[in-house]
Amino acid sequence: MLDFVIIDNGIVLAIVALASLSLVFGALLGFAGERFRVDDDPIVEHIDALLPQTQCGQCGYPGCKPYAKAISEGEAINKCPPGGDSTIRDLADLLGREVRPLDGEAEDMPKVAYIREDECIGCTKCIQACPVDAILGAARHMHTVIIDECTGCDLCVDPCPVDCIDMVPRPSTLDDWQWPFPAGPGQRTPAPGLIATDRASATQGAVHG
Amino acid sequence: MARDFDFPGGIHPPQRKQASAQEPLRQAPLPSRVVLPLKQHTGAPAEPCVIPGQRVRTGECIAIAQGMISANIHASISGEIRSLEEHAVPHPSGGKAPCLIIDGDGQDEWQRLPSLDWHQTDRDALVERLQQAGVVGLGGATFPTQIKTCSRDDHSIDTLIVNAAECEPYITADDLTLRTYAPDVVEGAGLMALLCGAKRIVIGIEDDKPEALAALEAHLHGTDIGNQVDVPIELTVISTRYPSGGEKQLVKRLLNREVPSRGLPIDVGVLCHNPGTLRAAIRAVRDGEPLVSRIITLTGAALHQPGNIEARLGTPMHALLAQAGWHEAAVSRLVMGGPLMGFELSQADLPVVKASNCLIAATTEELPAQPPEQPCIRCGACETACPAGLLPQQLYWHTRSHDHDKAELFNLFDCIECGACDFVCPSHIPLAQYFRAAKDSIRFRHHEARKAEHARHRFELRQARTEREAAEKEARRQARAAAVKRKSRDRSAGERHETTLDTSQATGGDDVKTLRIAQAAAKAAVRKAEKALARASETGDGDIEDLEVQLATAQENLKATESRLEAARGTQENAQ
Repeated sequence: MLDFVIIDNGIVLAIVALASLSLVFGALLGFAGERFRVDDDPIVEHIDALLPQTQCGQCGYPGCKPYAKAISEGEAINKCPPGGDSTIRDLADLLGREVRPLDGEAEDMPKVAYIREDECIGCTKCIQACPVDAILGAARHMHTVIIDECTGCDLCVDPCPVDCIDMVPRPSTLDDWQWPFPAGPGQRTPAPGLIATDRASATQGAVHG
Repeated sequence: MARDFDFPGGIHPPQRKQASAQEPLRQAPLPSRVVLPLKQHTGAPAEPCVIPGQRVRTGECIAIAQGMISANIHASISGEIRSLEEHAVPHPSGGKAPCLIIDGDGQDEWQRLPSLDWHQTDRDALVERLQQAGVVGLGGATFPTQIKTCSRDDHSIDTLIVNAAECEPYITADDLTLRTYAPDVVEGAGLMALLCGAKRIVIGIEDDKPEALAALEAHLHGTDIGNQVDVPIELTVISTRYPSGGEKQLVKRLLNREVPSRGLPIDVGVLCHNPGTLRAAIRAVRDGEPLVSRIITLTGAALHQPGNIEARLGTPMHALLAQAGWHEAAVSRLVMGGPLMGFELSQADLPVVKASNCLIAATTEELPAQPPEQPCIRCGACETACPAGLLPQQLYWHTRSHDHDKAELFNLFDCIECGACDFVCPSHIPLAQYFRAAKDSIRFRHHEARKAEHARHRFELRQARTEREAAEKEARRQARAAAVKRKSRDRSAGERHETTLDTSQATGGDDVKTLRIAQAAAKAAVRKAEKALARASETGDGDIEDLEVQLATAQENLKATESRLEAARGTQENAQ
């Protein structure tokens, strides 16, 4: 009797079919939602990937990831001096927000920490402060900076009790050199070499060997 | 020769090769001092293995290749190592780089490697010899030669092309190499064909070098050629057009194979070598002579006796130019390389390096200064001239507005920087420089992103370590507390005590469960990191150091969860 009602009555058949379909797909979706749940907000990862990872804390957060999290919760995007304007632009692109001028002073050139080794007393305070383990040394032994790992965050400068850490411009090699863009219409583009020589002699004094 | 296939675009600049091509090859006198930059090749700079004051003989290795892509540097004269110092090197920036300086003793006492018969020696020994001898591509790209031959391992190569097109104006170094040393070049091609497994050799030469062509033909029709080279050699003459010497353009022109976008000739089973490189390779193997000299074209209207000269590496350029009788006052521009792809030097006190194929001491009339850039009128001349089939005009707009993503979308990285677009541009726009600048800037951004990623991984490692230390400390503290509790419980089992223990038992059970899950996850993370590292060290790509940091982070995390789990278990047991 029931078979008869279901098979012969088109409306009932449609309702039953749709109901069972929705049940099946609902169960599938529910299972997938549980099984493949993402705990972290993926946007935080995207933001974090755009930040320069100096871990300097100049934004007021203890590291880049916390700042990324704060941005995803509505914090301003212009608080990262090491990233500068290009980071602000990238973040604005990602989040669809307005490009704002940098809050604070932009860094003019990439820097690295340099320990004046004969003045170092070996207190390990800078080692504890370094967020990327770029300082090498032991208690009562001289410390030194692994230049390739240093992000130039200057977090080690303040803790030093004898002020023997300087932030110096990152020494550049010919491999870091980039072809300059031509000056644009109406301008004569000088040979790039001449400009670079001038620049090299201007900064030479500040670079430690 | 009439052939159906051809690359698009191309230009016919004035050749100006006669001046230097008329003279026979000369030998430069032995320099009294040489300056040898530690980086004369693509890749990492070599590491010095000599000390100041040490006596070296010609051909002795003085700096050792570092890492996968690098090349050894050899003393080019015998004498005493004077110093390792920063010296100006030929580079578009005009900057300085670390160089080894040798004071010569005028003896030219050689230290050669043992000579090898390449027909009898096994492949690995030959490849190692090329590496030892510091042979790099002498056409200008200076890519280590032995790496090119190793590409056989993951590509099947059927054709070796000898790139004797030499299409850029002024340069005649390959022409003179072929005229003077055709047998060496052909034997070198045979050696390379053997190393890369090519079934045939194709020599591609432009029709403006009749003497080189005659020398090659005379040698190829000789009787003993079959004993020397095992594979058939084909000599193909192509009409002169710039830039048919570009690898991709030559492959297209000779074999009608199109190298894919962002690919290399090996992707279509072809390897290209310059005649100078082949000669250097055969000398390294047959004669045991490392790469200590090269043939360089000296030309330009400011020279009395233009020509080609075989000079030791590290010879000061001004010495060579003085020999060719230069009017120092008449030189308006000194260019290394050709007028289209080369770059201007700011001084002449620079060493000859492995990449120096040509020096042009040009007068103002000859190579006038670049006129000021005018606005683009969208005439499309650059698109007709581009040999890579790109749209230089579109690229120009995007690179000028620093819209690098768009520029990459228009295949900026397929630009070979030949300068054909500059040559035809009626507005004198330095298009190639825009493209070089944009490429550099994109590469720099990728580099910065990689560095940031690495810094993040190191930061995470540090955090994981701090956390692990805290967890271990906490575990020790709890163990001590538990011991104290046990003692006190033994003494007096008070009711109040029991109740607190009950609650801690409940939470302890929960903790153990979540911590077990965390431990399993941490173990999985360690395994994943180990696998990634193993894969990277097997294939050689990927940043191994960075992967090691990630593995260490995963291990720290695992240790932290383990000590937390132990502590929780301890509490639980204690409660029971």
